Amino acid sequence: MSETTETQTLPKDLAAEKGLVNVQIDGHWIQVPRGTRMIEACKQAAAEVPHYCYHPKLSSPGNCRMCMVQMGMPPRLAPGQDPEYNNEGYQDIGWMPRPVIACANTVAENMGIRTQGELVEKTREGVMEFLLINHPLDCPICDQAGECTLQEYSVEHGRGTSRFIEDKVKKPKNVDIGPRVNLDDERCVMCSRCVRFMDEVADDAVLGFTERGTHTTLTCHPDRKLDSNYGMNTIDLCPVGALTSKDFRFQMRVWFLKETKSIDVNCATGCNTTIWTRGSQVYRVTPRRNDAVNSEWMPDSHRLSFHKFQGNDRLTDPMVKADGKHEVSAWNQALDASAEALKQFDAAEVAIIASARMTNEELFLTKTLAQVLGTESIATVARDDQADGKLISADRNPNTQGVNLILGTEGSAGRLISIKNGLQDGKIKALVILQEDVFEAAEFTHDDLAGCELIISVAAVANHTAEASDIVLPSSSFAEKRGSMINVTGRLQRLNQALQPPGNAREDWEIIRDLTLKLAGEQNDLFIIEDVLKLLASSVKEFEGITFSKIGDQGLPLIDTGETIPLLEAEKQRINNGEIVG
Amino acid sequence: MAEVKKLKRPELNTSEKLYLFALAKGAAVTLKHAFKSMTGKARGSEALKSSGLGLTMQYPEQKWDDQLPEHYRGAPALVTDEQDRERCVSCQLCEFICPPKAIKIIPGDIPADDPWAKVEKRPKEFDIDMTRCIYCGMCEEVCPEQAIYLRKDYAITGSSRAELLHDKQKLYEIGGKRIGLVNKWNEIK
Repeated sequence: MSETTETQTLPKDLAAEKGLVNVQIDGHWIQVPRGTRMIEACKQAAAEVPHYCYHPKLSSPGNCRMCMVQMGMPPRLAPGQDPEYNNEGYQDIGWMPRPVIACANTVAENMGIRTQGELVEKTREGVMEFLLINHPLDCPICDQAGECTLQEYSVEHGRGTSRFIEDKVKKPKNVDIGPRVNLDDERCVMCSRCVRFMDEVADDAVLGFTERGTHTTLTCHPDRKLDSNYGMNTIDLCPVGALTSKDFRFQMRVWFLKETKSIDVNCATGCNTTIWTRGSQVYRVTPRRNDAVNSEWMPDSHRLSFHKFQGNDRLTDPMVKADGKHEVSAWNQALDASAEALKQFDAAEVAIIASARMTNEELFLTKTLAQVLGTESIATVARDDQADGKLISADRNPNTQGVNLILGTEGSAGRLISIKNGLQDGKIKALVILQEDVFEAAEFTHDDLAGCELIISVAAVANHTAEASDIVLPSSSFAEKRGSMINVTGRLQRLNQALQPPGNAREDWEIIRDLTLKLAGEQNDLFIIEDVLKLLASSVKEFEGITFSKIGDQGLPLIDTGETIPLLEAEKQRINNGEIVG
Repeated sequence: MAEVKKLKRPELNTSEKLYLFALAKGAAVTLKHAFKSMTGKARGSEALKSSGLGLTMQYPEQKWDDQLPEHYRGAPALVTDEQDRERCVSCQLCEFICPPKAIKIIPGDIPADDPWAKVEKRPKEFDIDMTRCIYCGMCEEVCPEQAIYLRKDYAITGSSRAELLHDKQKLYEIGGKRIGLVNKWNEIK
């Protein structure tokens, strides 16, 4: 035995060369990096450990006790004793008689972990029983039902019936702790994820626990409210129904909702999101993990912005102005009328105001439209505001990088001003406005447009520009179309269609394509959005070889802008410091 | 988690394979009931008498209502309890389970000044489309609040689709008050 071990290299030495350690999980040996948390090692071995308080993006206090596993190490050697290795080259594991938490302990060489077995199962059952002692069991009225880990683990690891016959501890229910978040203290399992998030990520420590033992209560600091613009992330973090969204409160049970992976379009960061829909309505938008964009968070202001597309002011039919009044028209007639009207003007008299809120595909078709019209006056509206030092970028347009790539950066700043001047001088007499309200966003006045003889606008929501337009073509919101956008760091990301556009509204790219067809009077073979991306990939060099499936749910780096996202930088710092797993 | 259990079909012997005995058994049951009703001993015999022969009920002058068994499944309806609290908290489990998708619920808040404010949630709208309902009783079975019951109303008619859409008010009208239910939202809750 000792001869073979001396001639063969032991697994521990093989692993050590690569900075790894050997860990036995449920009987199988795997190699994981030194310093890995036990819970993460188990995850890699596909042995998921149930947990409440542990979250890879937050510090690990180890207070829920749900992730207990059985751990074992080789017995400590007596002085002068040599370690003994078995045939596979491992030392025998001496199992500890009591369980340990998997979230805050790291792995070691030759460690054994059991995520199953009587000890672990009994422990979990016991922890679940304690957690449920004071739980109000009001699942029928709880918004978390259906996505509640207390429900899930209760089924998987609980004992099924309660032995508790005393009265439950009463705590505050339906507490107003902030403008967007509701608290139910009876449902809280004291995992402290929200407390840690507000302290460590949102940098606004307003939450904390008061009282002791079974009376422990989550609450806001005195005279404070949970009003941070990142406060709603605590709702997603909360493993139970203690923190719920006021906006989503009692709107719909989650099991009815369809999830669509998409991205946020309110700033250049492009937080990855999940859009939750049922029928023709968006019920909520939640952040989706992408470690290169938004970690797992998103700002409240962006999360709730979907409401502006849910009012009664959505445009559902094409409209053509006759005698100063908009009249509903059919698509064909409206497009014919638009093409006819545009043909009346010289190429130099027509200008296009596009938007950096448009997808790459739409921008590419807009460029084609400009070529068919022969005009060079094409501009987008800038939206600059304060960055918040976390996820909100100073650039509130989601696709400025796309505009730069597709429409070019040359003189981009002056384009809008020259169109404005052209309008005032009377050199520009026809405007095509795509997805922008020029009065609100570009500060145009009615006087500016007084000399304009024709305005065609593509808009999803009724606004002053649509009202002033001669022809209005109804389009889609971010949730109603597919496409791609490039975020502030140069990452190409994908929007997916969660809903159909309302009424007779169409997707923007179809509208621009059809208008181009009417003007050019010839056919092309752009039938689906993939065709547009294919054409874009063949004409703009950065997009070479790009398809929607290659972009994927996590996006891919397309260009290097040199910009960074502050929240991610802070997170990297914390990973390097060993504070979080990341 | 789920274990696959393979079940064996029972072996049939020759007489079972012939089916003749089973047919005879069925015929015997039919004859027994025919005999019972001829001799006036059948269920609802009082009502059947009026036909002269004692075999036919004169519907709609006479109705089955009194003879319906306890487990009869008629129109689904919402109930209130002794405290006049509407039992339904709009958890939407019935909407989820309903095989023909006949139920549509829009949940709503209970305002803070309501005596039952602690229940927090109740239906703002509750519609059952009776043109869709198949009287399966799944809604009753799944309800965690003892709020929806299949009543004995079977003659659900109307001259338009709108009449057959039972809204919240109509559902409580049919359901009425039900005594002896578990008071889950008691004073210690």
